[in-house]
Amino acid sequence: MAVLVLVILAAVVWVVGAPLRRGAAVEAEETDSAEREQLEAAKEAKYREIRDAELDFRTGKLDEADHRAIDRQLRAEAVEILRALDRLGAGDR
Amino acid sequence: MATLGRACLILALAVAVYGIGAGLYAWRTGRRDVATSARRAIYALAGLTTIAMVILEVAFLRDDFSYATVASHSSTTTPLFYKAAAVWSSQEGSLLLWVWLLSLWSSASLFFTRKRMRDVTPVATAVLALFAAFFTGLLVFTASPFHILGNAPVEGAGLNPLLRHPSMMIHPPMLYSGYTLFTVPFAFAVGALATGRVDAEWITATRRFALAAWLFLGIGIVLGARWSYAELGWGGYWAWDPVENASLLPWLTGTAFIHSIMIQEKRGMLKIWNVSLVLTTGILAILGTFLVRSGILDSIHAFGASTLGVPFVALIVFLIALAIGLVTWRSSLLRTEHRIDSFLSREAAFLFNNMLFVGLAFVVFFGTFFPLITEAFGQRRNVGPPWFDRITVPLALALVGLAGIAPLISWRRATVANLRRNFLGPVAFGAAVTVALIAAGGVAHKPLALAMFGLAGFVIAGVAQEFWRGTRARRAMSTDAWPVAVVSLVRRNRRRYAGYLVHVGMATLFVGVAASSAFQHANDVRIRPGQSATVGGYTFRDIGAVGRIDRRDGRIQRIELGSRLQVFHGGKSLGILEPTRGYYPSDAPFAPVSGMFDGESTSEVRMFAGLRRDVWSAVQPELGGIRHDTRIFDAAIRQMAKQGVPAGKQALAFQVGLEKAVVDYARSRPFATFRLIVSPLVSWIWIGGIIVFCGGLTALWPAPDAARRRATAGYAARVAQELGRA
Repeated sequence: MAVLVLVILAAVVWVVGAPLRRGAAVEAEETDSAEREQLEAAKEAKYREIRDAELDFRTGKLDEADHRAIDRQLRAEAVEILRALDRLGAGDR
Repeated sequence: MATLGRACLILALAVAVYGIGAGLYAWRTGRRDVATSARRAIYALAGLTTIAMVILEVAFLRDDFSYATVASHSSTTTPLFYKAAAVWSSQEGSLLLWVWLLSLWSSASLFFTRKRMRDVTPVATAVLALFAAFFTGLLVFTASPFHILGNAPVEGAGLNPLLRHPSMMIHPPMLYSGYTLFTVPFAFAVGALATGRVDAEWITATRRFALAAWLFLGIGIVLGARWSYAELGWGGYWAWDPVENASLLPWLTGTAFIHSIMIQEKRGMLKIWNVSLVLTTGILAILGTFLVRSGILDSIHAFGASTLGVPFVALIVFLIALAIGLVTWRSSLLRTEHRIDSFLSREAAFLFNNMLFVGLAFVVFFGTFFPLITEAFGQRRNVGPPWFDRITVPLALALVGLAGIAPLISWRRATVANLRRNFLGPVAFGAAVTVALIAAGGVAHKPLALAMFGLAGFVIAGVAQEFWRGTRARRAMSTDAWPVAVVSLVRRNRRRYAGYLVHVGMATLFVGVAASSAFQHANDVRIRPGQSATVGGYTFRDIGAVGRIDRRDGRIQRIELGSRLQVFHGGKSLGILEPTRGYYPSDAPFAPVSGMFDGESTSEVRMFAGLRRDVWSAVQPELGGIRHDTRIFDAAIRQMAKQGVPAGKQALAFQVGLEKAVVDYARSRPFATFRLIVSPLVSWIWIGGIIVFCGGLTALWPAPDAARRRATAGYAARVAQELGRA
């Protein structure tokens, strides 16, 4: 039983300590992918807003003029996010 | 294996403490390797608590009565399903379940956010590790599930008979999943405030966990209500009991939170509301666990007798101070980016929604703690269901109304023309329902129930209109057939339409509550075989007493005494109900025969459940005759013992005496007191719960990955192309 406990203890120490042994070097490589994840999430959220607004318009909750204004604004925000994604992609190359 | 279990808990505590320190250090220094190590500490915690849980579970399944908790909560004759679930019927087992679930959900949340919010997640990790350290600390120092008895008994005490119901066995894991899942957005909110990253990203990252928490907690609450109705024998499903209220409180504020975060995601508004709601919900989840585990609401004097009370109060005080401190510190950052454009907008509806839910939570909180407050200042006073109903019913009506209004109103501002176009149909339908019910008669004298029916009609018609218009719009953009268009509509707008489904479920549930509360006929009647009683237009005729001995492996599990009732309505027989009461044997090897009826007893409810009404019955047999008979046998067995008759023959005399007493009871024509209830639309409460579950599950279902191909066309075209592809 003592052996089993020691094995588990060793496994825990190995798992928890592994990043400390690797150090900060590997973490830097993930910076860009984290930023890309954030931008992709922001893009999906913006697309969701655009679809919501369109659905509101098609189901009669928004006037055409209001929808056009909101849609224009949201698409402009989406374009900015795509530009940021492309800049990130250009930086990768 | 108990040693291994105990070692795992000690290791888990150490790992949790490391997680707190590493998380905070990573936050202050920005060291990502330390942050990753802290995250892995949570993973390790999940592994260690899983081992501990498996060890305890195996002990229960193997009837290892050397474990004190197994000996006191299980027996060789407990059915396998209940043995497996008996783990969390004990204080120690339920605390282990809590920390195990916490470690699993914490691991999942940190895994899925490992590449995001790198400044927030170390703090969130530390907070989750703090909760884990608290509960593992309790397990290690005050409530160990691996305490071994010096002399292991041959047989255990068995599971509390009241808990032998499937609902009651699933209820704790559901509730605890809800509580522990709410710690995830709580932890990320603390992280967001600590780091000043109070934009919507922490909400986006933890939204699914908040929704899952809300869903599990809701299922747990409904299961508890079902158990109360089907098992406890008082005929109701909600008594505003402190234990019930303990789970309702975080559900109320959690419901406000999952609505309110939509506003912040869309418009950057209600930031203070959202952090306050999620912090309050997390604290209420801990408070709920404390209320149930500490026994404090039985009496303030019981507080001192419980070993868990002081640590829980210390944690709750710390969390409250932390929450107030963080929100105050970051109040300038939490100022809203926009204003509400109009009170005729979905944003305004959500704000009113927040106020109503918080108001409801305050009422429930005040009513729950009122006895404690009054006892602390002198004489204990209670508030009962009438007080709660008087205040919560109007608030519930307002909430159902808002549930109908919000889907029909647009974001930012609604014009009068839009309102007319969207509200006319549902309002007309709701009004028509109300008028039709008044015309049908027998409803107008219950205006609150009538209002609920009308509002539910409004909600359901509004959702139907949304589905109709949305599907029609979908078909206008595609060549899909109607069923395909509905599925496509929901798939592309999952959150919205799943939310609508939840609203329909809640409206249905409230219809069941209103009808069964306002139009119930109930009576306690004392009759004997050959006699009848009439309740709510239904006649119940006692056609004979019943008595049974339930044995397993030659050992008496319980005795059932009751009656057979033939039920008539409109001159036709609906069938026979056989409510009984179960009596459980004591542990003592030579307990007297009469002692069989002195211990725990449970009500075995019988009912005809239907879509229109439930016909419900429970019985309290009168035991005068059977006690007389059993005392005669007790005297005879005592005489046998004095004369040195072998124990085997005494045991045989015990069996014979008991069987004769039970058979004689069934043959006699004993009086019994019956609780008889005819209650309309109760089944719609459970149906509404199922609809809510389906809606919640739909909202939680992961969306298919959007295609990420880069278009060579311009950005605007790319947006259009990617929107069309999703």
